[in-house]
Amino acid sequence: MKNIPISAMIGLFFTALYFLAAIFAPLLAPYGMAEVVGDVWEPSRIEIMLGLAPDGVTEANYWLGTDNIGRDLLSRMIYGGRTTIFIATAATILSFTLGSVLGFFAAVAGGWVDQALSRFVDLVMSIPTLIFALVVLSVMPVTVPVLILVMGLLDSTRVYRLARAVAVDIEVMDYVEAARLRGEKTAWIIFREILPNALSPLVAEMGLRFIFMVLFVSTLSFLGLGIQPPEADWGGIVKENKDGIVYGIPAALMPAFAIATLAISVNLVADWVLNRTTSLKGGRG
Amino acid sequence: MSEPLLKVRGLKIGATVYPPGEKPHDIDIVHGVDFDVQKGKVLGLIGESGAGKSTIGLASMAYGRGGVKITGGEVWVNGRDIMQSGLGDIRKLRGGEVTYVSQSAAASFNPAKKIIDQVVEAAVEQNKFSRKEAEDRARVLFDKLGLPDPQNIGDRFPHQVSGGQLQRCMTALALCPEPDLVVFDEPTTALDVTTQIDVLMAIKEAIRDTGVAALYITHDLAVVAQVSDDIMVLRHGNMVEYGPVDQIINHPQEEYTQALVSVRSIDHEEKAPSGDPVLSVRNITARYKGTQFDVLHNVNVDLYPGQTLAVVGESGSGKSTLARVITGLLPPREGEIEFAGRTLSSDLAGRSPEDLRELQMIYQMADVAMNPRQTVGTIIGRPLEFYFGMKGAEKRKRIIELLDEIELGEDFIDRYPAELSGGQKQRVCIARALAAKPKMIICDEVTSALDPLVADGILKLLLQLQKIEDVAFLFITHDLATVRAISDSIAVMYQGKVQRYGGKNQVLSPPFDDYTDLLLSSVPEMRLGWLEEVIANRKMESAGN
Repeated sequence: MKNIPISAMIGLFFTALYFLAAIFAPLLAPYGMAEVVGDVWEPSRIEIMLGLAPDGVTEANYWLGTDNIGRDLLSRMIYGGRTTIFIATAATILSFTLGSVLGFFAAVAGGWVDQALSRFVDLVMSIPTLIFALVVLSVMPVTVPVLILVMGLLDSTRVYRLARAVAVDIEVMDYVEAARLRGEKTAWIIFREILPNALSPLVAEMGLRFIFMVLFVSTLSFLGLGIQPPEADWGGIVKENKDGIVYGIPAALMPAFAIATLAISVNLVADWVLNRTTSLKGGRG
Repeated sequence: MSEPLLKVRGLKIGATVYPPGEKPHDIDIVHGVDFDVQKGKVLGLIGESGAGKSTIGLASMAYGRGGVKITGGEVWVNGRDIMQSGLGDIRKLRGGEVTYVSQSAAASFNPAKKIIDQVVEAAVEQNKFSRKEAEDRARVLFDKLGLPDPQNIGDRFPHQVSGGQLQRCMTALALCPEPDLVVFDEPTTALDVTTQIDVLMAIKEAIRDTGVAALYITHDLAVVAQVSDDIMVLRHGNMVEYGPVDQIINHPQEEYTQALVSVRSIDHEEKAPSGDPVLSVRNITARYKGTQFDVLHNVNVDLYPGQTLAVVGESGSGKSTLARVITGLLPPREGEIEFAGRTLSSDLAGRSPEDLRELQMIYQMADVAMNPRQTVGTIIGRPLEFYFGMKGAEKRKRIIELLDEIELGEDFIDRYPAELSGGQKQRVCIARALAAKPKMIICDEVTSALDPLVADGILKLLLQLQKIEDVAFLFITHDLATVRAISDSIAVMYQGKVQRYGGKNQVLSPPFDDYTDLLLSSVPEMRLGWLEEVIANRKMESAGN
């Protein structure tokens, strides 16, 4: 861990910052999540500092101003980040566990098991994910567990593809054959022989998929099928404040900024993991 | 003596390595080597893997492969120091004055272009010949190299000729621009022995007829003895011994050279079969799924307890397929396998844990036969845990015993495969097989990927372990020297059939059938003039017929 490049350092720092903010949201947020504290769309301290505030305004009570009904935007952002990151993390874990276990199983079992699973996954993947999710969520009650389940299951098809491709390569190695000849059970082959060798590409992919999850849950909330008010999440904050953009109110851009920085920093970390794995392979020859 | 064609002085070659978890640093691969090649002479460079022999060969074209840098010394070709030359001069040199023949012709030819286009490319590019002249020259070379249908073979694509033919096409490619020096980098290593001898003879005659000088790089001293005038023995990037071929082969001075010359001198007396066979292969016929072609035809062999049966054959003879059938990975179409007095299920899934335990396997490539993420302790310990339910201190004690048997110390227990040398890896694989206390071990080309001296050590270890553990070996190999060293009985396989089968002395003594004769006479022997003798004999035989 000594030679972490500067880009990965920055990535790790900001990723850690977002996750810590999400975990300690109640301690960090200056006001309650749904507490109305001021007027609609009050200017923020940052705007004043940057000289972007409307003429005559020289003082502000809130770092990021207030939202469309006068709630503190910083508090909403912190609580919103908590929801968004929690849902994205849970869905990523679900999709990775399910996708990789099924992918490995298909690769190890081969034959008709592989065919059946792979064709089913093709079938699911042939329907655009967002439309599929919108249809499902419009008939199901929109709660956090349902949201995680829908997102995780839909995304696991992509993880399945990757895991199966990686595992097929590993599965033909002599050490896997040696394990088979020893009489090992499928579970041992999957978890002890294949998984440790497939971990690096999967971890690298995980960083990317996590960001897609953040975007996915934000999109759903923006369309009104994700997190329901008064609960906050980043997509929801954009939706609530989007009308302000017309009047030059930057509130809707805050979540966009947060999503962008989180995406970049997680990707910096993922890039680093990916680089490490490729250089390791180069070292092995 | 006139100025040599190639003069190398104090050649130093380095590279940057990137070990995982450490800072990249520079290492030296070759530490100052001097040699000369006179016009029309052949210098053999010989050494184990990692000796720097290929790197030196490429340095004579001022080229370093894959991050390798020439860090010091002089390389003079035709009186010019090419290390001081500009890129333009070096381009004229490569493919014009110095050409290169690589180990794998199959990987070096562009599969999308006809052979003739690739053979004449360098000659035309260097403005040495017109396209027409170059093509005529190529056909002459095809003929000289003994390729069938020399007028038209160039119009084929690389996949339409055999491996040995392609290697000869590559030699034609190298000779086409009338170079002064050709670098042969292990040109016959990937070929079967019966093919190797033809390619060797073709190369030797082509060198003699064209008067070209050559660097001949190989790890096989017997091969280099046939084609070289001088030999340089290399080890770890240092010169060990350098002299005329006669001196190196017949009067080696250095200890290392003496070891190389006398390698495979293991004496192994044939043991008479005793008791019931541990393995009986009965009328096995097998084919791969989805094909219409039998890879094995009616194979019958027996293996007795504590003995070694060597299965010999060239690539494609079905010897590895036989191993797959015995282990249950490929159920046969007909026939059955009796093992330790019981009939084995043809399918792996139908075999009992006892069947699996008593029949172990060791692979050719030790690096891929071990999980790179498991320590040596886990690799050897798993069969103990799996078959005997050993745990904790008991398991550890047994692992150390096994490590001791394969002549590795206790401190290897926490190492990963990447931290072991090729020979050590193969030893760990042997320990893993022994851990199951098997009655029989299938050894699939276990020494083919190893350097001769290391391979020798492995063979000695296997023989010693056979005495202690009384285990039978089914030894699959293409190398007849190995067969002589280790076997009690031999099965010669050719095109999926057992051509000749019996005790070692019986199989290896005349009268031979045609194929066994061809195979036996094709194994290079460590003496001068062997190649000419064999070729002369064959010509006489075919003239007599």
